[in-house]
Amino acid sequence: MALTREQLAQRVAQEFQDGYYINLGIGIPTLAANYIPEGVEVMLQSENGLLGMGPFPREDEVDSDLINAGKQTVTMAKGASLFSSADSFAMIRGGHVDLTVLGAFEVDCQGNIASYMIPGKLIKGMGGAMDLVAGADNIIVTMTHASKHGESKLLNECTLPLTGKSCIKRVLTDLALLDIADGKFILRERAPGVSVEEIVNLTVGELVVPEHVPEMTFV
Amino acid sequence: MSGFDKVVGSYEEAMAGLQDNMTVIAGGFGLCGIPENLINEIKRKGTRGLTVVSNNCGTDEYGLGVLLVDKQIRKMVASYVGENALFEAQMMSGELEVELTPQGTLAEKMRAGGAGIPAFYTATGYGTPVGEGKEVREFDGQHYILEEAIKADFSIAKAWKADRYGNLVFRKTARNFNPMAVTAGKISVVEVEEIVEVGELDPDEIHLPGIYVSRLIQGSFEKHIEQRTVRAT
Repeated sequence: MALTREQLAQRVAQEFQDGYYINLGIGIPTLAANYIPEGVEVMLQSENGLLGMGPFPREDEVDSDLINAGKQTVTMAKGASLFSSADSFAMIRGGHVDLTVLGAFEVDCQGNIASYMIPGKLIKGMGGAMDLVAGADNIIVTMTHASKHGESKLLNECTLPLTGKSCIKRVLTDLALLDIADGKFILRERAPGVSVEEIVNLTVGELVVPEHVPEMTFV
Repeated sequence: MSGFDKVVGSYEEAMAGLQDNMTVIAGGFGLCGIPENLINEIKRKGTRGLTVVSNNCGTDEYGLGVLLVDKQIRKMVASYVGENALFEAQMMSGELEVELTPQGTLAEKMRAGGAGIPAFYTATGYGTPVGEGKEVREFDGQHYILEEAIKADFSIAKAWKADRYGNLVFRKTARNFNPMAVTAGKISVVEVEEIVEVGELDPDEIHLPGIYVSRLIQGSFEKHIEQRTVRAT
């Protein structure tokens, strides 16, 4: 079975290490904040200018001056700090954020990522995504393995305008966890009940399949 | 106005001198920390052909989006414009020119503009459409593109508190682009929720010194929330 949104978030959270400063993109990455492993302390960075993001507010805590990068109302965790967007991106570009998790339309086996623009269709902009992928060493991309029409999103070469070049080393899809190295995808884990064949069939980019590909485990 | 007193008496006075085809930098992120009354004054004035530099362009009803109704913006420099149907329509029809700029690059362009740095190298955007046509240099084996600073005829910004000298204090994430926006305007206009007497702010708590501020006005704010998200317990 393909992973649910919640399972994707749960698997992402397994990568969280004690003491990590983390930037979570909009959507599934943000959900990962609900599954921080026990005994692990992390601090969430919101690129508009907040380090130490807390949960969504209760009705009586809502503050229009306190939002996350997805423009949702949030709270601050104990130990939080506030700063300008220039300072925020200094943190990001300067490589001070330990882990970045974001979504994408396509990823290729050169580590390129396309996530912000479908020409002629969707005009939104890159927001902070280009800065995040350029500045971070440790990035996880989360996305569905294939489109609704069954077209692979793991390619030899991205077809859409790039968000970043040669910067992605790890991809989590609803079917598999893959690393990218030396111009190839490497299959690391598969979703419970998903066969290696299924993953191979839906991966267009060059894929290395190790002898043993364990199933993901969830607590 | 006398000496260092930056306070002006009306929004009309605050935006006096703004003319057609000027460049305006606006602080704010989404609808958070936007100079909403200064934007409304630009709408009232009917100034046209503007180049507006801001992270977003508001929504259809609020923020910079209100300047789209009468097509006052000719060119928008922003990082994300996804919340605005009118914006998309004018962009698609070619009436509105758009320069998409990465968020961190945009913040740094404003910072550099205000700090007398004409350009800077950043890895952001290398190998993407943003990097096309820009100078590339390699430092320590990594590629960077040259990005130029942004300055504006006017900058408009929102802070929480100020003293009459224009020393500014921002509040929570409403700070966002506002400090850099203020520094990068030839004429910088700031609206705040409260103006206090000089000496009432602790110099240590001032986020941005009044030297960057040309005009200051106290207003009242609607502060709309784009994504009101709450938890039950």
